[in-house]
Amino acid sequence: MWTWFFQLASPPHFYRMAASLVPWLLWPALLLILVGAWGGLVLAPADYQQGEGYRIIYVHVPSSYLSMMVYVTMAVAAGIGLIWRIKLAHAVAASCAPVGATFTAAALITGMLWGKPMWGTYWQWEPRLTSELILLFLYFGYMSLRSAFNDLNQSDRASAVLALAGVVNVPIIHFSVLWWAGLHQGPSISKIDAPSIAFAMLWPLLVMILGFTLFFLGILAMRVRGEVLEREFHSRWAQDVLRGVSRVEAA
Amino acid sequence: MSEFFAMGGYAKYVWSSFGVTAIVLILNLLAARRQLRQTRERLQLRLVRQSGRKVNT
Repeated sequence: MWTWFFQLASPPHFYRMAASLVPWLLWPALLLILVGAWGGLVLAPADYQQGEGYRIIYVHVPSSYLSMMVYVTMAVAAGIGLIWRIKLAHAVAASCAPVGATFTAAALITGMLWGKPMWGTYWQWEPRLTSELILLFLYFGYMSLRSAFNDLNQSDRASAVLALAGVVNVPIIHFSVLWWAGLHQGPSISKIDAPSIAFAMLWPLLVMILGFTLFFLGILAMRVRGEVLEREFHSRWAQDVLRGVSRVEAA
Repeated sequence: MSEFFAMGGYAKYVWSSFGVTAIVLILNLLAARRQLRQTRERLQLRLVRQSGRKVNT
């Protein structure tokens, strides 16, 4: 178990393993997203209050969930990198940011497209929407802070501090609908014992969330490979990979 | 079929939501591939320059 763990944390092993992992993550992700979309658009019944309009939930909730899950992954990886000085952890954190930012944007846009017909407005400065927008700015801040340094070590450490400080925003987003009375509706599925949503509507959502999670992991694996190669440029194995003479194949 | 695409009058909102999300998924895939390829090309160039310098000096 531990041998496996340390092998995984060793950059050349990770570089090779991630490559073989990518298709095993992305193909199932595609399948799940297609099944989830079919279930959500065709099989699930219309909502008694929101009619067919509620179907936006099948892209809005998975995007919103990823926007927060990716941030937590980024902050945890950044923290590990900061404390134990593990390069691979910094590579993971750096790879999370652009992915998280795009899904935060997707969550905001799909949310606005849901808000217009249901609330009568695209945007309102209410707690859930505002804290999600702050999340987007945190991702932007993280990425611009990273690019402000020429030295990769400095950039890793400074951005890690920002990622950790910003993590307080995640529970604020999650609980905002309970703490403050805003426009946004309450949680549908996070009440584990009694989800307030019918099973026929729920399963496509869960399939979609699983699909999005696998998609993120696949994209992360691809991006971390590039980051690892960059950080390991001076090592023998990375230069062998770059010359195309490596046992750690160049795929 | 046209009833399905009409989405009970919410067509504009439902389909643009799904469209935006599909675009985000596809862009993520393309961006990740490009990032990996460009990193490799940039580092290969750096490697060639480095070894070139060593030979010259």
